[in-house]
Amino acid sequence: MYPSKFDYHRPSSVQEAVQILSANPDAKVLAGGHSLIPVMKLRLATPSALVDIGRIDALQGISRSNGSLRIGACVTYDEIANSSTVQEAAPLLAEAAGQIGDRQVRYRGTIGGNLSHADPASDLPAAALALGATLHVTGTGGSRSISATSFFVDLMMTALQADEILTEVEIPAAGAGTGSAYAKWEHPASGYALCGAAAVVTRNADGSCASARLCFNGVSSTAVDASAVGASLAGSDLSDGAIESAVNDNLSIPDATGDMFASAGYRQELAKVMGASALRTARDRA
Amino acid sequence: MAGESNGAGVFGSSIRRREDPELITGHAKYTDDLQLPGTVYCTILRSPYAHAKINSIDSSEAEALDGVIGVYTAADIEESGTPGAIPVGWLLPDMKIPDHTMLAKDTARHVGDGVAIVVAEDQYTAHDALELIWVDYEALDGIADPKKATADGAPLVHDMAPNNIAFDWEIGDKEKTDAAFAGAAHVASLDIVNNRLIPNAMEPRAALADYNSITGELTLYMTTQNPHIHRLLMSLASLGLPEHKIRVIAPEVGGGFGSKIHHYPDEAITAWASMQVGRPVKWTATRTETYITDAHGRDHVTHAEMAVDADGKFLGLRVDTYAAMGAYLSTFAPAVPTYLYGTLMSGEYDLPAIHCHVYGVFTHTTPVDAYRGAGRPEATFVVERIVDEAARVSGIDPAEIRRRNFVSPDNFPYPTQVALEYDSGNYEGALDKALAAIGYDDFRRDQAAARSDGKYLGIGLSTYIEACGLAPSAVVGSLGAQAGQWESAVVRVHATGKVTVYSGCSGHGQGHETTFAQIVASALGVPYEDIDVIEGDSGVMPHGWGTYGSRSAATGGSAIASAAEKVVDKARTIAAHLLEAAEEDLEFEDGNFFVKGSPDQAQSLPDVALQAYLAHNLPKGIEPALEATSFYDPANFVFPFGTHIAIVEVCASTGHVELQRYLAVDDVGNVINPMIVDGQVHGGIAQGVGQSLFETAVYDEGANLLSGTMLDYAVPKAHFLPSFETDRTVTPCPHNPLGVKGVGEAGTIASPAAVVNAVVDALAPFGIAHIDMPVTSEKVWNAING
Repeated sequence: MYPSKFDYHRPSSVQEAVQILSANPDAKVLAGGHSLIPVMKLRLATPSALVDIGRIDALQGISRSNGSLRIGACVTYDEIANSSTVQEAAPLLAEAAGQIGDRQVRYRGTIGGNLSHADPASDLPAAALALGATLHVTGTGGSRSISATSFFVDLMMTALQADEILTEVEIPAAGAGTGSAYAKWEHPASGYALCGAAAVVTRNADGSCASARLCFNGVSSTAVDASAVGASLAGSDLSDGAIESAVNDNLSIPDATGDMFASAGYRQELAKVMGASALRTARDRA
Repeated sequence: MAGESNGAGVFGSSIRRREDPELITGHAKYTDDLQLPGTVYCTILRSPYAHAKINSIDSSEAEALDGVIGVYTAADIEESGTPGAIPVGWLLPDMKIPDHTMLAKDTARHVGDGVAIVVAEDQYTAHDALELIWVDYEALDGIADPKKATADGAPLVHDMAPNNIAFDWEIGDKEKTDAAFAGAAHVASLDIVNNRLIPNAMEPRAALADYNSITGELTLYMTTQNPHIHRLLMSLASLGLPEHKIRVIAPEVGGGFGSKIHHYPDEAITAWASMQVGRPVKWTATRTETYITDAHGRDHVTHAEMAVDADGKFLGLRVDTYAAMGAYLSTFAPAVPTYLYGTLMSGEYDLPAIHCHVYGVFTHTTPVDAYRGAGRPEATFVVERIVDEAARVSGIDPAEIRRRNFVSPDNFPYPTQVALEYDSGNYEGALDKALAAIGYDDFRRDQAAARSDGKYLGIGLSTYIEACGLAPSAVVGSLGAQAGQWESAVVRVHATGKVTVYSGCSGHGQGHETTFAQIVASALGVPYEDIDVIEGDSGVMPHGWGTYGSRSAATGGSAIASAAEKVVDKARTIAAHLLEAAEEDLEFEDGNFFVKGSPDQAQSLPDVALQAYLAHNLPKGIEPALEATSFYDPANFVFPFGTHIAIVEVCASTGHVELQRYLAVDDVGNVINPMIVDGQVHGGIAQGVGQSLFETAVYDEGANLLSGTMLDYAVPKAHFLPSFETDRTVTPCPHNPLGVKGVGEAGTIASPAAVVNAVVDALAPFGIAHIDMPVTSEKVWNAING
């Protein structure tokens, strides 16, 4: 590959990393590199410097305590997909991470890189939304927390400031009676989601729906929470018929993406089919 | 494997490819791996516009960049005295042949047209400098659709070609065909788009040129399927160097699928750059460059009609096609939608009247040329789709209507209405075998049951024929080829009995080092391990024509067999002399000559070889050494055929097509190596399934390529495909010494029609007659939902 010239930094702490970022406005954070390096090869991105955060220990690790799952920003998809801690506390995230790209991509790509890049067709944003994730970020001005709902601003735009790095993703651990599923319609070339439906369903003791959440990748400029579908399912018996009418009557994606692979109208139809499928599986697992 | 050493039994056995250990361990050397002392690097600035006037080029900033040796444009090439013409190698009557130069002069005619080059000390600098060349473009309207491009008022690619028509070609008998339609009980009619494809060889094109200004010799290492053709065309047209001063070498070549046949500007530019700077120059395409410069495939817009009588017999076929040529006429482009297309319109059928009319059309796109199958996939798709549609409108089962119309086995040789004479075949044999293997009758029952459960299963047949091993030279010459189509071979038995085989073919994944050695091991009765095969170097072997069009076994293999036979003849003469026997009394078995009945008194081939080289005791008039050269010009094309069957399930709620089974029964004549043949069939099917379900080059209205990366262009992945089932029938080719045909393209030729026929069959309850490729879920969903 022959990208434009760039400086390379490999800080050993988050503090050091954000200082370099703050001093180099054109710099980009390099994590797994699977989104950044291809665009640098095409010279569509020409950062003046790369800040490689791959050797910062504080950004590694998966832990669970006090009802929270915490995942370091540089944890790879493969680690997430195969972590028994994640599989127990947030099986939706493990399932979505296991469907990203291919093995090579999953060994390199990271959760922090994925969410910060905010590619709406990637597989983790909808899961982060559906799971009510909190994103912890650090900048030169200190640390703060952003809910996933506020994090994704627009196509490949997040609430991160130029000198901020996403350091950790926190997800409330799944409680009893909760099931989830990720149903993905894969683009045949890129492997990204033309439509990826992430569903979380919690049932009451009598089997009725306590709460439901259905979020999508790939159908709009950001991950979408189809909150009307979730709201309409609450209290229902979660039968196939209830799910189908909840989706058919309440799912609308007003600014659905249309491109040469799938028109906006077709994406809407796919979203209904994939959404219902994800909800049914989540119900069966709850 | 014991069988590997046994000379005579090697032909026909599944020996593992001897080239693979080097390839799969990464030791093989491709063009870009080669490094000569003092090598500098070339990059090519390419037009971002589909059509633009080039007002001026300012390269001063690029030239000033540290490490840049030179920046050159078309004007510099003109000044150098190098002819710089990129030739077309197939001429049709009244064809418009616009100028095509190594770099665009005043107009860029497609996204990717070369405008200037940089030569620099390293690759990074060479790429950086491209961004410092300022071209004043004046954007003009472009057009990509080959049918719309012929409309009055459409933007012109070349002023000398009104309505963008490069040629207007027809074959068959129009009057007879029109008369056939007058008497038809049913007429099937389809509008078909054969989607444009991007070849995607794993190795991008590359060249390393080393011009020696003292001797005037150019050594050019390049990604080529045919080094001698490149040498010839560079000598005659682009570089103008004497042919004997050019040596073209193909190192390992990582796939071609046709895309490395053609004479592009880029490799010649690299050679020209070496002549300018006096140092070796290397150019390696980026993947982006392969997408916008490697010749694309297909891109036809066709209307086809079949006339059928009340008994389901075909009366006549009418085909009108607009075939894109792209911005220039690529090397063999004019042959692809004409003599490799119109001549296949009879399919496997006894078709009494055919007329095929083709417009070759310039568009503001990457040129189109031969891509795996080259014309024959397009023809097979038209024929096999219209046959299925004929079955549908006649109410006859698709297998049955084919059976009623096949050329029968006792009707060979069969002259078609479109110039070819089929030499042999047993089409019903292959069909029966395939139907039995797939369980056709059971499937129809399952299909009916599934439909009542709301599941849509479909089965699709493709009973294909193809013509490959392009030949004879005099015939292709009369059709416009500016090339011969014979092949050369040298079989050299060394003094110790080891053998080196030289071929004018040039493999790039086909396994020639294995299969050609198998031919010679059987012919000479020497151990397979004692035979090496060398090809792909214009400096060490006689002229040859390379590897494409499934020709290497039929023409190259036949040349090798002929040369081996000459070696045996000479060895027999020497052996008879040594044994003091008459030649006609000698037997030759497992590499030993002996007098009939006395096998213990034998002269082995190595014994004879040693004597031939010592030359102490040779028969009168016999020259020393033991080798032979053969130039084999085939008597006819070879005609592989077979039946491919696809089974799909279509999801009515999403339109998703799942390919559940794929079965191929091919007849490629005698088989040299069954494993390699199966591999070719598997790869070909995967590529054809790719065309039918996933792949397509998409241009927007202004002729900008939208599918310019692997994120956008869907080459099929392994998990999209079922495990293919393959079987064969064997009808040996009657006119070549090995009885072999060709297999490299069969899968790509047969499979698109099988898959689309299966989808249309699945959707029969919805009354859907056709869906264009690639059959994406959205297209299916739209068809179902009206």
